[in-house]
Amino acid sequence: MAIEIATRPREPDVMTTRDALVATSVSKTFKTEKSPRRAVDGVSLRVRRGEIYGLLGANGSGKSTLIRMFSTLLIPDQGAVRVFDRDVQHDELAVKRLINRVSVEASFFKKLSAMENLVYAGRLYGVAPDDARTKAHEILRRLGIAEDRLNEPLEKLSRGMQQKIAIARAFLTAPMLLLLDEPTTGLDIRSKREVQTFVQDLRLEHDATIVLTTHDLDEAERLSDRVGIIHEGRLVAEGTSDELRARYGASALEEVFMTATGRRLEDADEPERAK
Amino acid sequence: MIAQVNGQIGLAYAFVEREIALSKRYWAWEIVWLVYGVVTSLSVAYIGLAAPAISGGQVDEAAISRFVLYLLVGTIAWRFLGIIFENIGEVIAWERWEGTIEYTFMSPVPRLTHLLGMCAATLVRALAFSIAILGCVTLFVPVDLSHANVISAVVLLAVGALAFIGLGIASAAFPLMWTEKGLQMAYIVQAIVLLVSGVYYPVSVLPAWMQVLSTISPATYVIRGMRSALMDGADLPSLWPEVWPALVVGVLSIPLGLRLFVAVERYAKKTGRLKRSG
Repeated sequence: MAIEIATRPREPDVMTTRDALVATSVSKTFKTEKSPRRAVDGVSLRVRRGEIYGLLGANGSGKSTLIRMFSTLLIPDQGAVRVFDRDVQHDELAVKRLINRVSVEASFFKKLSAMENLVYAGRLYGVAPDDARTKAHEILRRLGIAEDRLNEPLEKLSRGMQQKIAIARAFLTAPMLLLLDEPTTGLDIRSKREVQTFVQDLRLEHDATIVLTTHDLDEAERLSDRVGIIHEGRLVAEGTSDELRARYGASALEEVFMTATGRRLEDADEPERAK
Repeated sequence: MIAQVNGQIGLAYAFVEREIALSKRYWAWEIVWLVYGVVTSLSVAYIGLAAPAISGGQVDEAAISRFVLYLLVGTIAWRFLGIIFENIGEVIAWERWEGTIEYTFMSPVPRLTHLLGMCAATLVRALAFSIAILGCVTLFVPVDLSHANVISAVVLLAVGALAFIGLGIASAAFPLMWTEKGLQMAYIVQAIVLLVSGVYYPVSVLPAWMQVLSTISPATYVIRGMRSALMDGADLPSLWPEVWPALVVGVLSIPLGLRLFVAVERYAKKTGRLKRSG
């Protein structure tokens, strides 16, 4: 059953723009107590409208910093980011109306219920409370969350359920570009599969572009139309899974990662550096 | 134009509705703050009742009643202004504590609308608390409001609210710049304002250098004016010398506070401080 996601009126050029996201030579350096650390180093990428673009990298590779720059939470030191041809710095409010983000930790008012959080989120994006409630019921039913749990404080729900509600919240606002920043990290296998299936179904049924960061090779391959491999802040490889395997003469994405970065993903997965 | 304004009011209301929902969920804490407010106000009122015992001299009933009212006006007006300052000053710290700061700042809500929504929620809360505290205190302590000019008092409170909204918005920027120490700095500012504003005593008892500070605190004028209105029935024209300085602070501090907040938000986005973990 298709989920009825509210569609909001958009400017005509948004509906015809081919590129959902264009990043050009984006860099970001953070000052730390010891020395400056370059988190993102001259990344350029282009995500086409309707595409699921997977950013694959180890912890601390710069994925989340990139996503934070795409989502207006961080200002690049160099380079430019455009979302549906709008500059994230100079046309910030217009960009915010087009995007939503799900981060690795669901950002909720934990004492409020799922429904209260969703209605609040809907209001912030101009969705009327009654519409938000109706859509939320549909989306959460699809995600397998029982009706009687919708009014429980979110802190009483499992992390998997919270993450599903975070994704529901993002789709409730009908984003043109959805930024999923490690949405399945820390979930059990079943919840992970459910979230992945939900993302796939939504993409099939609705006009949404998705940028997905992950350090899960299977997830990147399963969900993404194209994959970008990011290592030490640089985009070191990009293409469809087939293209990458062919280019690196590899049989699996894991081999591609090793060849492109010189490391195994598990080895590179050191604790995330302070950003 | 009207549609745009209505749209912004709807966005601002999101924050009011959210705060009301949070108050319901944190009801036990609300009771704690209410009890704390009643107890501290009562404690101050009893100091007034104990004036003869403390001073060791004869104090007539009328003077005691006036002294109690003097203290109560100060403590309740300060409670009202303090809630405004604290709640608005904690806008960032609270969102960071809940883990929602990134979501709120990523939403397509102009910062002015966001902060106005929080100010509206704070005013509702401050007013409800102040009325509840006054109501509870009158159950224990005789309060003579027979000479009160309520309209003058309400106008002064409104002017004071404006001034403290501006100061609160400016202090809310501190936790964006200094993620750990910012809120502590805001509390220090609040404590200094309490000291120099004549909340429990006339500012004339302060050292000369503190009296200089008292002239730039809007609370000095608001509380002095409130006392004139509630104790002596002063009307608005006669209170103008207390109204205009607080009004000037409000008119200046709100746009300046907003500009500061927006500038600091940009700084936080450049340095990566706009994070849930600070």
